[in-house]
Amino acid sequence: MSGNMNLTLKIWRQKNANAVGGFETFNVKNISLDSSFLEMLDILNEELELKGVEPVAFEHDCREGICGACSLVINGRPHGPLDKITTCQLHMRHFKDGDIIWIEPWRAKAFPVIKDLIVDRTSFDKIIQAGGFVSVDTGGVPDANAILISKESIETATDAAACIGCGACVAACKNASAMLFVSAKVSQFAVLPQGQPERYLRVEAMVKRMDELGFGSCTNTYACEAECPKGISIRNIARMNRDYFMSKIKSENVEM
Amino acid sequence: MIKLDSKIPPGQIQEKWTNHKFNMKLVNPANKRKYDIIVVGTGLAGASAAASLAELGYNVTVLTYHDSPRRAHSIAAQGGVNAAKNYPNDGDSIYRLFYDTLKGGDYRSREANVYRLAEVSNNIIDQCVAQGVPFAREYGGHLDNRSFGGALVSRTFYSRSITGQQLLLGAYSALSRQVGLGKIKMFTRREMLEVVVVDGTARGVVARNLVTGEIENYSAHAVCLATGGYSRVFYLSTNAMYCNATAAWRAHKKGAVFANPCFTQIHPTCLPLHGDQQSKLTLMSESLRNDGRVWVPLKPGDKRKPKDIPERERDYILERKYPTYGNLAPRDISSRAAKEACDEGKGVGDTGQAVYLDFADSIKRLGKKVIDERYGNLFEMYELITAENPWEVPMRIYPAPHYTMGGIWVDYNLMSSIPGLFVLGEANFSDHGANRLGASALMQGLADGYFVIPYTIGDYLAGTKFGTVKNDNPEFKKEVDNINDLTKKLLSIKGKRTTDDIHRQLGRIMWNKVGMARNEKGLKDAIKEIRDLREEFWQNVNVPGSGEDLNISLEKAGRVADFLELGELMAVDGLDRNESCGGHFREEYQYEDGEAKRNDKKYAYVSAWEYKKAGDWKLIKESLNFEFLKPTVRSYK
Ligand SMILES: Cc1cc2nc3c(=O)[nH]c(=O)nc-3n(C[C@H](O)[C@H](O)[C@H](O)COP(=O)(O)OP(=O)(O)OC[C@H]3O[C@@H](n4cnc5c(N)ncnc54)[C@H](O)[C@@H]3O)c2cc1C
Ligand code: SF4
Ligand code: FES
Repeated sequence: MSGNMNLTLKIWRQKNANAVGGFETFNVKNISLDSSFLEMLDILNEELELKGVEPVAFEHDCREGICGACSLVINGRPHGPLDKITTCQLHMRHFKDGDIIWIEPWRAKAFPVIKDLIVDRTSFDKIIQAGGFVSVDTGGVPDANAILISKESIETATDAAACIGCGACVAACKNASAMLFVSAKVSQFAVLPQGQPERYLRVEAMVKRMDELGFGSCTNTYACEAECPKGISIRNIARMNRDYFMSKIKSENVEM
Repeated sequence: MIKLDSKIPPGQIQEKWTNHKFNMKLVNPANKRKYDIIVVGTGLAGASAAASLAELGYNVTVLTYHDSPRRAHSIAAQGGVNAAKNYPNDGDSIYRLFYDTLKGGDYRSREANVYRLAEVSNNIIDQCVAQGVPFAREYGGHLDNRSFGGALVSRTFYSRSITGQQLLLGAYSALSRQVGLGKIKMFTRREMLEVVVVDGTARGVVARNLVTGEIENYSAHAVCLATGGYSRVFYLSTNAMYCNATAAWRAHKKGAVFANPCFTQIHPTCLPLHGDQQSKLTLMSESLRNDGRVWVPLKPGDKRKPKDIPERERDYILERKYPTYGNLAPRDISSRAAKEACDEGKGVGDTGQAVYLDFADSIKRLGKKVIDERYGNLFEMYELITAENPWEVPMRIYPAPHYTMGGIWVDYNLMSSIPGLFVLGEANFSDHGANRLGASALMQGLADGYFVIPYTIGDYLAGTKFGTVKNDNPEFKKEVDNINDLTKKLLSIKGKRTTDDIHRQLGRIMWNKVGMARNEKGLKDAIKEIRDLREEFWQNVNVPGSGEDLNISLEKAGRVADFLELGELMAVDGLDRNESCGGHFREEYQYEDGEAKRNDKKYAYVSAWEYKKAGDWKLIKESLNFEFLKPTVRSYK
């Protein structure tokens, strides 16, 4: 069933990291209300391909809101107009015939544009590499039930661990701060017994790396929480700040 | 001619792996750093393998086409991971998990592999917990379990409906730790396009840098492919959009035989199709069948709202046909039951291509809170996509291609028919036979990566004399030239159809003729249609842009070109197998009541296909010997 929505799209196009980008205007026709936003872009891209024009490059994969690949600023909002979903979960029934839709990439110094709507988010991986883990090798671990964890702790840890690493929090923040993302990983381990031995080392190392990578500082505007598709709470930031403060008291490398 | 040796160790089933571990050669710890290993893919199988191998001291190079290792398709698994812990005290054991998995696979897998899988399953849970994976807990702090299709015990560990994500993030953090320590070199946005074979052994890969378009060489002493499954050959599937068979297929064309390509799994609980603009199908976790009841109206063509159809005019198809397992019957059986109901005109919704999955009874029995805790985010996801509220109206579900049991043939050590090329996770064919049980793919991926490959690769390395192969070896240059030629060819066709358009057509052929139910004529037609389509692709596809840049059209075209060859082999394999087993249902071979008719006399073998040239394969049969469990008719009644 094709539908009957016709739309005007203003899409950011940029040939590569060094090129100057700008908005281009496209029209799409007969879009079904039940299509997803990315399916609407697929239709545009197929039309472009048929004309021998390079399609608009955008990132996506699972289309179920879990891989964290999709990443568009739609009409000024990361992941579009609805709360707590990713772009790939956005459906066209939330738009109407004749709408003009602005589509841009994440914008942050630590996320440079690679092409069109695709940005480089490897800085997130680098922060995890600095300490976002429990140092345990394969094998030689105790029976799983030897570590008891209360339901409450596991719920808090899972809430934090649900972060998909999409970067909307950074894109939403006027300082391009990565605090919500980092605090989610720090919190997951901070509330679990497995995370205790490295608790303060971890937060120290991750925050240091975050600062080096050019993310901005947090000035408590809560824009990150509002745009996070997974509802990661800013309480995690408070927890991280507390742990970070403790780490500085305990740390050998005092530089306060 | 290629000779296959499964290398199954002798002895009692319980001792095989232990003895084998003892008999394998070990690499001296001080020498491990002299060996380079490439791992392609960072899903559960690849990430766990890379981390474990680096921890042992090997130099590991990891490639993925994703922008980050955390995006691998494993992230999307919802339901859970099996293990034989028997924490609920309900009669589980390693032997029972072995039995269930072998039976679930309809006796088309190797006993020894399946037993090993069950044996290491418990270590997986221990490992993941130690990493901080937040599995669900009981109030007392112990781990919670749920049951899953094809089993009568509760052995599935889970984390809400995001188990795959949590397991993958666990493996990803182990991998990241090794990247931080400098033991893993991580290359993202790299698509492996060829395995490089020097003097008959795998010595590296060639990959395209997806940002710059450059073709890069990576040399090593051994290569592990953990590149996932090929359900996207159907175009519409539950797999992520980028999932593809290219790595496996190119390895196949280099000499890695491909096993059981026609064994694919159609998952019973997916959201139905909304229309022709659809790009993929969404899985609703099978765990929903624990508390949801599958039904259709008794009368064909009954268009009343579900709540207006009284109990006695409903047909709870699975409960009626399979009283013992009921709504927990295995996937192939449940999918076919849904299709049959729709074929009889009893399907529901606008398209008539759906059955109900109803939670009303469970909500009444257990309360809203319990159901919300178990499935809250699945309910939300359903509503988001369909704009219908499953708390009030039953869900509508329909089967969709989901998992591929077939894959690159490997021996007990996970080595393919190319020495030095190992294949892990969904990309190999090893453990699930003709049908995979729920929550056992995550188990297999992690078993392969954490607990099998670290041992078996050492045996290979310690037992092999290596000449020096650097990435300026002429074999690399040859591969690079081939890839550049292919790119030029794709970009020069400038035809009238898009890659997606051709892919959709391939998908329709596969779904209609090589899908849930197959027959001789359909398979023969499919082979011809796929060949014609392949020809059309090479004459009429339009791939814009250049090879020296990020080019999503070019990436897609290369993958679809491979699907157009693989699809044919799936049909060829399905045609050879004149029996019904697991996910492979041949309409000619069924009992009166519609159940699958297996033929153990003639088909108790693995079909391993050796590539000759496009459209030409040679069948090698690896016969399956059942020493410990005698194949019986698989009954879930
Ligand atoms: C929606 C969904 C839900 C599921 N739920 C469950 C469940 O609850 N329980 C369960 O047991 N199983 C489940 N499964 C199945 C299971 O998730 C997969 O079988 C499993 O995760 C596959 O893991 P893998 O490591 O083999 O491959 P993948 O996770 O698919 O990873 C493949 C990797 O290879 C890389 N790659 C591929 N080709 C190339 C190339 N040419 N060059 C470079 N890199 C390449 C990719 O980038 C990726 O990193 C589910 C599957 C789906 C689709
Ligand atoms: S915290 Fe939220 S917005 Fe930020 S990366 Fe994680 S999921 Fe995305
Ligand atoms: S495409 Fe995976 S989260 Fe959107």
